[in-house]
Amino acid sequence: MKDKLVIGGRELKNRLFIGTGKFSNNRIIPDVIKKSGAEVITVALRRIDFGSAEENMLNYIPEDCILMPNTSGARNADEAVRIAKLARASGCGNWIKIEVISDNKYLLPDNFETVKATEILAKDGFVVLPYMSPDLMAAKRIKEAGAAAVMPLGAPIGTNKGLKTKELVKIIVDEISLPVIVDAGLGKPSEAAECMEIGVAAVLVNTAIATAGNPAVMAEAFKLAVKAGRKAYLSGCGTTNEFANASSPLTGFL
Amino acid sequence: MYLILNGSKKEIAEKTTIKELLLQMGLEPEKVVVEHNYNVAAKEYWDNTVLKDKDKLEILKFVGGG
Repeated sequence: MKDKLVIGGRELKNRLFIGTGKFSNNRIIPDVIKKSGAEVITVALRRIDFGSAEENMLNYIPEDCILMPNTSGARNADEAVRIAKLARASGCGNWIKIEVISDNKYLLPDNFETVKATEILAKDGFVVLPYMSPDLMAAKRIKEAGAAAVMPLGAPIGTNKGLKTKELVKIIVDEISLPVIVDAGLGKPSEAAECMEIGVAAVLVNTAIATAGNPAVMAEAFKLAVKAGRKAYLSGCGTTNEFANASSPLTGFL
Repeated sequence: MYLILNGSKKEIAEKTTIKELLLQMGLEPEKVVVEHNYNVAAKEYWDNTVLKDKDKLEILKFVGGG
């Protein structure tokens, strides 16, 4: 069965995307990426602190991966556009994860500014993947603005709470003809599978892998869960019933 | 003369180019991104862009992020 995911003209084999924040040691990241099978990797862009020896993340990401810089730190569309253009100037491609946040407690994205940034960057030739609160009308606007995918959150960033927005994400999956990627909040592989079972195209996981006891093994667990959930979705899940329905014949008893 | 480099004052020699500054700072030019007076400074211009007194320069790199 051919099951393609194409984003920005790139055919992806793996529906798990991973982030690179919060790892206790960046040197394990190449192994995490390998075990996860992820082809799309997120990074952030920051000022160099000349007083610290902080390493450049590019040293740890294989060159055949698609780099998806985020615009974290942006509080409005103009700042997101500024960061996106700088990220592209690195020569590492034209994918961008728009992240516009001004709420410091829950880190919920600003859908209005995200739509604006999407329009500007899509017109400028970026492959735009906007992180968003799961709202159908915002997803429609983001699609009209030229996004390559929409990325609704499952739960607030870094909470590991799982797919708390399931009903709203499912509506977006049903109504929006773009890949829907659940980004943020997933804490366990079963929750990634839950996303895939409702027809989500891919998931983006960072904290759950980075803060696991063994991040490389957890990355592999997420990879398998994403594959399992996708297969379940493609196979067509059975219906749920209110009352019991015996699986064994109800005749011929001893 | 001096620059405002990543928000702080930095003394530099006259006629320093962006490329020369990066090398003086011990950076790997292929792995950083530069904004010069609020405009993206494309890598192909680093050799020829001479920095001027009070220019604002941001030098950035990729770090871990989700």
